Amino acid sequence: MKTIKPETIAEALKREIPQLAYVVPADVRQGLKDAKERETNPYAAQALDLLLENACVAQTDQVPLCQDTGTTWVCLEVGPDVLVPGNVFSQVNEGVAEAYVNSKLRKSVVKDALFDRGNTGDNTPAFTDLHFVDEPGVCRLHIMLKGGGSDNASRVVMLAPGAGRAGIVSEVVKCVREKAANACPPLVVGVGVGGTFDKVAGLAKHALMRPFDVPACDEDHAAFEQELLDAINATGVGAAGFGGDTTALAVRVETAPCHIAAFPLAINLGCSAMRRCTVDLELTEMEA
Amino acid sequence: MADEIRIQLPPTKEQLAGLRAGDKCLLSGFMYTLRDAGHMRLIEELHQQGSLPYGLDGQVIFYAGPSPASAGRPFGAIGPTTSSRMDFAAPELYREGIVATVGKGHRSAEVVEAIKETGSVYFAAVGGAAAALAKCIVSEELIAYEDLGTEALRKIEVNDLPVFVALDVNGTCLYV
Repeated sequence: MKTIKPETIAEALKREIPQLAYVVPADVRQGLKDAKERETNPYAAQALDLLLENACVAQTDQVPLCQDTGTTWVCLEVGPDVLVPGNVFSQVNEGVAEAYVNSKLRKSVVKDALFDRGNTGDNTPAFTDLHFVDEPGVCRLHIMLKGGGSDNASRVVMLAPGAGRAGIVSEVVKCVREKAANACPPLVVGVGVGGTFDKVAGLAKHALMRPFDVPACDEDHAAFEQELLDAINATGVGAAGFGGDTTALAVRVETAPCHIAAFPLAINLGCSAMRRCTVDLELTEMEA
Repeated sequence: MADEIRIQLPPTKEQLAGLRAGDKCLLSGFMYTLRDAGHMRLIEELHQQGSLPYGLDGQVIFYAGPSPASAGRPFGAIGPTTSSRMDFAAPELYREGIVATVGKGHRSAEVVEAIKETGSVYFAAVGGAAAALAKCIVSEELIAYEDLGTEALRKIEVNDLPVFVALDVNGTCLYV
């Protein structure tokens, strides 16, 4: 049987975190370019120009795209034939600390939200998730650097089932109208529907991982994503929030089963740099 | 959109009175970075001594927590953080002598009121453009609250920092 070593995850983090901080993912960058070409509002056009220039400066000079280099989210997905040791995340914080300190990224984590807001000094702890997937041989690591501004602009709403699709569209548009300017638009919008109060936020966050060029799992999802994207862009909030044609580059929806009484909705806003990547990790044979 | 307006920092109230929401400005000179935890400390000190400390009277605050020095620049990246988190302190700071703030996003009705009352302004910078904006930083000096790390009070010199007037002296807002 094959297994995953803690150091494999740490090495991936040391390698990928600086790149995420310095380089806008290719699909997002293309989305920004396309948005600039379409843009008719002079403020938004200037903002998009500056964001594209920013992507060049950061990549060329190997400096962070944004001063807020985020918290680190590390999500491991493993197939049924992969053995996961209990210490699988034991070297995550070491990898995160090394990447943030050596690459001169900002340290944005406090020790305790309520009782000790002293900075931990190395951007640890990271936030970790482990998911088992029905895909033999898979050992997949999602990494996201999530900025505070866009996460603060996110929300969970426990709707009633009667709210239906229209209720979701209405809540997403409300969230965007109220908060998009804080989240550094043009946005990537992750939407989770279903599960329970705690699970739905995870769905929305996970939804942000799907690249722009990977279609939704089926036609219903794809059509609903397009409906939401059109509704969001109809707000006219635009890049930087000064008005414009493109408020979001993409909408990603993930759904799940839920209680007969429930219709949980989570909206996780991602900023214009949407710093996320997915890497396949190398497995090793179990030692006898 | 009209031409860019060059502003030497700190600006006079007369200069600020001539600005209108939507004007693009290029800021040059000295300003101060301060954000969440720093505002809590500053308000505490203000209440203790009855006036703005650290020579902040008449100055501009940039709501920003920069990343460390890099690529030969004082900061690798510096850009606006969400201004509304500083709304708890901003009305008092405007009334005590801060003449402008730089950040991103909407402000509260109380901030708009304070801006109108004092003839101050609120500038917005483009969020997420922090590597490009870092090229506008000439120098930085730590002034106070060193233990807060990125949230410390810093005096920075900027050259042609691009911002937009988001709230003018009449309380007119650029944001949609």
